[in-house]
Amino acid sequence: MADASPIGIFIAGVLTLGIFSFLYKDNPVYKVCEAIFIGVSAAYWAVEYFYSALYKKFWLGVIPPEGSGADPDMWLWGGAILGVLMLCRMIPKINWLSRWPLAFIVGATAGLYMMTFFVSNAMNQIASTMQPLIQDTFLATLGSFTVAIGTVTGLIYFFFSKEHKGIFGGAAKVGIWFLMVTFGASFGYTVMSRMSLLIGRLDFLFSSWATNFGQMF
Amino acid sequence: MKREIPLIITSIAGIVFAVSYFIPHYPFGKAENIFGDWISIVSAFAIWLGMLNLGEVSLRKIIRKTEGWQLGVIVLVSMLVMLIIGFSSVFNAISSGTSHMAPGTGLKWMYDYTFSPLSATMFSMLAFFVASASYRAFRARSLEATLLLVTAFFVMVGRVPLLDPIVNALGITDFPFFSAVADWIMTYPNSAGQRAIMIGIALGITSSSLRIILGIERSHVGGDA
Repeated sequence: MADASPIGIFIAGVLTLGIFSFLYKDNPVYKVCEAIFIGVSAAYWAVEYFYSALYKKFWLGVIPPEGSGADPDMWLWGGAILGVLMLCRMIPKINWLSRWPLAFIVGATAGLYMMTFFVSNAMNQIASTMQPLIQDTFLATLGSFTVAIGTVTGLIYFFFSKEHKGIFGGAAKVGIWFLMVTFGASFGYTVMSRMSLLIGRLDFLFSSWATNFGQMF
Repeated sequence: MKREIPLIITSIAGIVFAVSYFIPHYPFGKAENIFGDWISIVSAFAIWLGMLNLGEVSLRKIIRKTEGWQLGVIVLVSMLVMLIIGFSSVFNAISSGTSHMAPGTGLKWMYDYTFSPLSATMFSMLAFFVASASYRAFRARSLEATLLLVTAFFVMVGRVPLLDPIVNALGITDFPFFSAVADWIMTYPNSAGQRAIMIGIALGITSSSLRIILGIERSHVGGDA
């Protein structure tokens, strides 16, 4: 924030402290800040989508600016009609019409994800797992075996059509160990990312806000 | 008609996206582009529906004077202030040909000093909740819980330059031990677990998507699955 606004920094600091006040206990100051957050974020995304989707994509697509040389794209009206039908959700007598855009979104997402997820998350991951087990160094070889065993046993754990007993149950047990390591790593990463956000907020309070506060009062 | 038309729409949209993956040419490529634009436009209306619904719920709360109606007033006022400032920035940007989020615009000011600090603080609070949850959950009562605990420990200490300099200074190791262990965990056992989860999710999504496109799964149109 090169051209920082003193009033803006003051408000941001007060809102930050208001949210942090929840750490003591649930209190009216926190509830007020939470209500502001809900209202501001709902309106922010509404404005952002209005500009990027309704103005830039729809309006400029249907009525291209003079001199752009683009032809009006009348197909976009289909999306606008579906969008208006979505708003019918608010009118009880015709709220069933909102199922049409919802059905479109569900179908399109299903068709898109069916292919992209299958290729990127199944086929590509299987291909990446099928690597030579013996590598140049001992640690790399150990790693290759770890990945191969972990992936197969992890998949065995997720296979619920057969009871987890005997050798199959033992493999599923090893799969759980690998999954626990994964969850631990994800947990550690989540903690670190939240900590960096916390450090950012505390840094703001103790540097920008405190300095600004001293200058204002 | 209330259920059949949505099912037909679902199938057509799903088939177009699935087939256009294999045949990215006319007419499927064109249909995919058109449907992609429609998704953006419908998403915008969905966001607006959510905001209008929030406004309606808050207004009803205020009129009926139910418990906490004062918070409804704050939600409505903050929403209206953001909308007015946001739209003035958008219309200025449209008339002047600049960006609606350019430095100096009202929307940018509101983003920098209200939306951004509030959302960052909300998410940073999770650090405290995660710490308190882990204090209760992280007890090495079983092999599985111990694995989770040990992995999380190594990943956390391996990502901050704290323990490695101490260990090196004490002469225990002459290389960054903790970050090396964290790297090995992330590269091999974590990758194996992630792959198993990702392959499982992909197979689940593929089968669920097929059920939706073929009309077997119809809970989204208000019917039984």
